[in-house]
Amino acid sequence: MTVHNYDPALIAVQVDNDEKAFADLRQRHFKARAKMSLENEQLRGSFLGATDFLQAKRRAVFPDTDELEQLRDRGEAIRQQSLAQLPDLLETLEKNLTANGIQVHWAETAEQACAQVHSILAMNNARTVVKGKSMVSEEIELNHYLEKQGIECLESDMGEYLVQLAKEMPSHIIMPAIHKTTAQIARLMHTRAERSDGQSVSYTEDVDELIGNARAILRDKFASADAGISGVNMAIANTGTLCLVENEGNGRMSTTAPPIHIAITGIEKVVADLADVPDLLSLLTRSATGQNISTYFNMISSPRRGGELDGPEQVHLVLVDNGRSRMFNHPQLKPTLQCIRCGACMNHCPVYARIGGHAYGSTYPGPIGQVVTPQMQGLDKQGELVSACTLNGACGDACPVRIPLPKLIRELRHEANSTAPASELDIPGKGSQRHLGEALIWKGWALAHQYGPLYRSITWVLTRGRKLLPHHLGAWTATRTLPVPAKYSLHDLARGAGIGEQPANRRLNEGEA
Amino acid sequence: MTSSPALPRVYPPKPSQVYLMGTCLVDSFDPQAGMDAIQFLQHHGIEVLFPQQQSCCGQPAFNSGFDDEARQVARQQLKAFVADIPVVVMMGSCAAMLHCDYARLFEGQPEEAQANALAARTFEFTEFVDRVLCLPPSPASGERVVLHTSCSARRSMGVAECHQRVLQNSGVEVIEPNRVSECCGFGGTFALKQGDISAAMACDKAEAVAACGVDTLVSADCGCLMNIGGTLAKQGRPIKTRHIASLLRQRQEESL
Ligand code: SF4
Repeated sequence: MTVHNYDPALIAVQVDNDEKAFADLRQRHFKARAKMSLENEQLRGSFLGATDFLQAKRRAVFPDTDELEQLRDRGEAIRQQSLAQLPDLLETLEKNLTANGIQVHWAETAEQACAQVHSILAMNNARTVVKGKSMVSEEIELNHYLEKQGIECLESDMGEYLVQLAKEMPSHIIMPAIHKTTAQIARLMHTRAERSDGQSVSYTEDVDELIGNARAILRDKFASADAGISGVNMAIANTGTLCLVENEGNGRMSTTAPPIHIAITGIEKVVADLADVPDLLSLLTRSATGQNISTYFNMISSPRRGGELDGPEQVHLVLVDNGRSRMFNHPQLKPTLQCIRCGACMNHCPVYARIGGHAYGSTYPGPIGQVVTPQMQGLDKQGELVSACTLNGACGDACPVRIPLPKLIRELRHEANSTAPASELDIPGKGSQRHLGEALIWKGWALAHQYGPLYRSITWVLTRGRKLLPHHLGAWTATRTLPVPAKYSLHDLARGAGIGEQPANRRLNEGEA
Repeated sequence: MTSSPALPRVYPPKPSQVYLMGTCLVDSFDPQAGMDAIQFLQHHGIEVLFPQQQSCCGQPAFNSGFDDEARQVARQQLKAFVADIPVVVMMGSCAAMLHCDYARLFEGQPEEAQANALAARTFEFTEFVDRVLCLPPSPASGERVVLHTSCSARRSMGVAECHQRVLQNSGVEVIEPNRVSECCGFGGTFALKQGDISAAMACDKAEAVAACGVDTLVSADCGCLMNIGGTLAKQGRPIKTRHIASLLRQRQEESL
């Protein structure tokens, strides 16, 4: 056990400072957030270390690349087939869930989804809720909503619990508190966590003890909560089954201990058959954390039946759209919905590794966040995210269901700069990132590169006048020297060396310049 | 733009003629690499043609979402590289633009078929040397270089191994830096639009390159070389950058 000499007042100040820094971070634009992250040495070190670690774990659990590629083919096919029949599958799902005694609710917007969860809770006089990890509930900001209605909603996934204590949001899909150091967690637990006897948790940086403390607190809550909320990893249409992948057992507790269970999911998570599950599950756990299988895999197919000793008396499923129908109808961006939320794309993203999840300012960070968030919140609000990518392709290579993430990001850049007339299928804020200056530069660039003689005159000036070029070029020269044009261009050198331009017969036929 | 190759690769037997696409960066900033490539190929009995009408593949605008402008410029390349002979491209990212992305750019356009045909006969420089020329290995020269493979060459074109093999076959020892497959942070306009993130990535890459303890960095992508090389230079590290074509030509001359 490691107990440090500490000053409780100082610890409280540090926790407050962390929270202020986070609030400050949220206020800023993407660029400023990225800059703040880059300047935070500790953060940079921990993210780079974490992504290196997760990449290595994934490599180790897929030793056979052929097997991996075959599995990815199948994963992609299952997700694409499911999406191809999405409306039918959703109807079947509703029918079979209802037959199993699970109540189904549909929500078009985030607000509606929150209101539906609230009304289920209100009808049952539920005041306290324990939640298993659910990205959709983060997406619709459910905690915030319920808190305003006077309902206590406790996150029970260890990482989510910590970021909730810190009044932050997750910075990764699979490891929500990936950005926190042990000391920060120790401070948080000591100042913010409350034991059921009202005592505060003593300060310790011993990881086992920290987890033990949190577990003791959560156990009491599981036993006493009025309702449990969970996410869904896959919803099986033909059997009316909700599948939930987790490692800590908190998901099982949240979905069985309280008398009411509310599951919440995006409409895209449906697949046809139980037979679709094994491949997706294998891809999910291996890509996410490098585990062959997760510790728990829950399949929920009804509320407690007569004679059963445990399980909730009511099970509800809230199906959330929140922009997904629009993605579904967009010919180029539809693959966005293939996502199984494994987080592999961010683990392999060199930009994410350097700026961390909070810099993205959205529930979903990294490559998938750059694709999902602007489509949900609008290119006018989150359009800058699409420029935070070098299109290096590491994410697309890592994605277990082969979502062509770089292509989608490029497509979104096109949408963001589009001048095409608006249509119903448009992403909100289409064209909002188009700035006159940049558009003019591209027009000029196109002109310069479109006509051979003009292009050659420009490179002539560039090469001959290279001594006159400026020596500073914004961000580029802060950390790099400026490249200097050569004395003669390749066009000049090739012409000078008498290099031919076209095969002889063409030269005769077309009299090329 | 990185995407999986649009077409399966079919490698022709060694042709008698090829086009060289210099690319706009090589054209202005490292033209000698282009001449080295020309002379290297000529030495192997191939007539190299260099259409003066060529300019840029269109990728900078395409990756920024300015499709119309990209298309206007790309059309010019369709005209310049019109004959049905291989096009050898000096940079992985421009090769990827032609080979993988022209399909999307010209989808539904009158030039669609022409663009797809061009895509099929486009080869990245080391890919052409490795897969089409199929040269026998030369004796070791004792020279050691650090190799950086661009993301487009590695992922879109899938030619990272060709980079390695042509260098090894020419007798140089290849050293790869830590986090070898990670992007250097150039990304065309990314380096300007997200300057801080780009700089952080370039600095990490420069450090990994410097840690190899070798004084030459080679790549077949001018953009990466400018980015990593410029960072190394700013840090005062005496590491020079060279296009793979220049190194191959030098080895060829040495062994003559
Ligand atoms: S986009 Fe692919 S890699 Fe990223 S979270 Fe979704 S499934 Fe995983």
